Amino acid sequence: MPERIIESCNVKRLEVLDEKGNADESLMPSLSDEQIKKMYELLILSRTFDQRALNLQREGRLGTYASILGQEASQIGSAFALEKSDWIFPSFREMGVYITMDYPLHMLFQYWSGDERGVKCPDDLNIFPVCVPVGTQLPHAVGAAMGVKYRGDKKTVACYFGDGGTSEGDFHEGMNFAGVFKLPVVFICQNNHWAISVPREKQTASKTLAQKAFAYGFEGIQVDGNDIFAVYKAASEAVRKAKDGNGPTFIECFTYRMSDHTTADDAARYRLKEEIDSWKPKDPILRLKLFMEKKGLWNNQYQTDVENKARETVDEAVKREEAIEHPEPKDMFTFTYEKLTQRQMRQIKEL
Amino acid sequence: MPKLNMVQAINLALKEEMQRDKNVVLLGEDVGKDGGVFRVSEGLLDLFGHERVIDTPLAESGITGVAIGMALYGLRPVAEIQFMGFIYPAIDQIFSHASRIRARSRGRFTCPLVVRAPCGAGIKAPELHSESSEALFCHMPGIKVVVPSSPYNAKGLLISSIRDPDPVIFLESTRLYRSIKEDVPEGEYIIPLGKARVVREGKAVTLLAWGSMLHRTLQAIEDIDAEVIDLMTLKPFDEETILKSVKKTGRVVIVHEAPKTCGFGAELSATIAEDAIFHLKAPIMRVTGYDVVLPLPKLEDFYIPTTARIKKAIEEVMKY
Repeated sequence: MPERIIESCNVKRLEVLDEKGNADESLMPSLSDEQIKKMYELLILSRTFDQRALNLQREGRLGTYASILGQEASQIGSAFALEKSDWIFPSFREMGVYITMDYPLHMLFQYWSGDERGVKCPDDLNIFPVCVPVGTQLPHAVGAAMGVKYRGDKKTVACYFGDGGTSEGDFHEGMNFAGVFKLPVVFICQNNHWAISVPREKQTASKTLAQKAFAYGFEGIQVDGNDIFAVYKAASEAVRKAKDGNGPTFIECFTYRMSDHTTADDAARYRLKEEIDSWKPKDPILRLKLFMEKKGLWNNQYQTDVENKARETVDEAVKREEAIEHPEPKDMFTFTYEKLTQRQMRQIKEL
Repeated sequence: MPKLNMVQAINLALKEEMQRDKNVVLLGEDVGKDGGVFRVSEGLLDLFGHERVIDTPLAESGITGVAIGMALYGLRPVAEIQFMGFIYPAIDQIFSHASRIRARSRGRFTCPLVVRAPCGAGIKAPELHSESSEALFCHMPGIKVVVPSSPYNAKGLLISSIRDPDPVIFLESTRLYRSIKEDVPEGEYIIPLGKARVVREGKAVTLLAWGSMLHRTLQAIEDIDAEVIDLMTLKPFDEETILKSVKKTGRVVIVHEAPKTCGFGAELSATIAEDAIFHLKAPIMRVTGYDVVLPLPKLEDFYIPTTARIKKAIEEVMKY
């Protein structure tokens, strides 16, 4: 018997907006001018937040921080496709997602300053706390999606992780469950090309990360992660698909981490300046700005206004965060269990 | 009142809780059509359907992680890990997430999850099918650890575990699954977590045990006026009942199947030494499994604490 091809896989890459700010009208998602301006303002706010966080860390006013510089479009574009009632399982580098969902800014500073009260998600949002172990949040997102399906809710679960996360066992287990049970979950992988010092090429031998979805029986797509329209389009289609009961989607946002891994890292030890420089013209903010300028949605005054507003918002958040009183030592006991154990009650008295 | 074995009692608890609360769902390898390899969930698929009795892919970390996600969403998942030795791939999920989601989210999200796993040696099983690793879980803040010793208690403790707002590791001794029967009423009764049970009152020595070792300990008592305590919940454990007994008897023997070093007996010994040392008439003795990789069937009977070893320890403390 001759050998036959019984299955093959094609990987799509979606690009809408080029580096000069030209959009492919046939692919352009439906967005009002106001929405486009909102996206731009969120990009600026996220970058302002990020730069302030880096500065505060250097001043010793914030702990170790993981910068999102360069990845703003992947985060804001995808979160823009979500509703407030959707569930979000982030990793530790998704401040743009939190900001897009209107998470209180001062609480993000609070978390990164070492105060756990900062990740107590407000009741009207379902964003999970920063997940430090890499890739372990995928099964949680899948379990929540099982809950959505079981209850027949019209919600989507979004799960964020990086290229390094795809190397973890839980990536496989989560993706596999999602495919088997055809769950309403959108996996959003920010392929920022580096897992601390290990390049994407050493994470996996597969040509793209998107193609991994194929093995789990659902669609994977690569999008230009610095193109906010492409990310939004892919995410909103995936969200609609999930809500219509048509199962999971894997979105690989092809982007780049312009900063160090965290403030405790020095990327100059392992990557070349030329590589970083080659990504500068792809900047997601620059690209949207050029597009908006052509459309008459951008001018110098608007830029100044947006920057001032972002700075004021961040200033206010820092001020508010720094005025918060230090947590009480007994707070560390409060949330271990619903009720304190006898032993904990005695331990509290030792404080 | 029906006489049930442990498998039937646990099955009844699951059935009644699933009838009572549609948030209770089961998941694990083979739990559906096959009813679990020990048949603990037998018949539940027919009663509750594939949406609530979920045969999952073979993936312990995935099962546990997915169950965590379900719990976060407001369901009450009961995940089965087929054997306790297979729980090791899921420990990352239990330790890194289940145990700390309440703390990490400052109470905004909680994890009312039960992970059930058969444990213990003595059924001639292959490698990693006979572990007693309860101490690993007892050390981790944020989770509770329950080890029933009889059908009646298994049902009441499992109901409490399912309704508990925090994650519970529920360990079922494979050796007890079908070896004992007792009256187990239908309908709701609850045995609270965190409480020990004085199985037999006595004045001469306090014997502390749980799970299958309780029965072996009871077999080892001959003419001694021993007080026997079944811990039932190891985390949090019932210090009050234990210390009260120790203050009465002045002598303690702790029996567990897990290896000695850093076993839960060490925690009990330290607690007694801290809080009741001046009431002691004799050194605290531990009768435990050895510090070895649990052997395959030809040697497992030499590993499990025997009644002879328990008797010897009791004799030893009675010399003082």
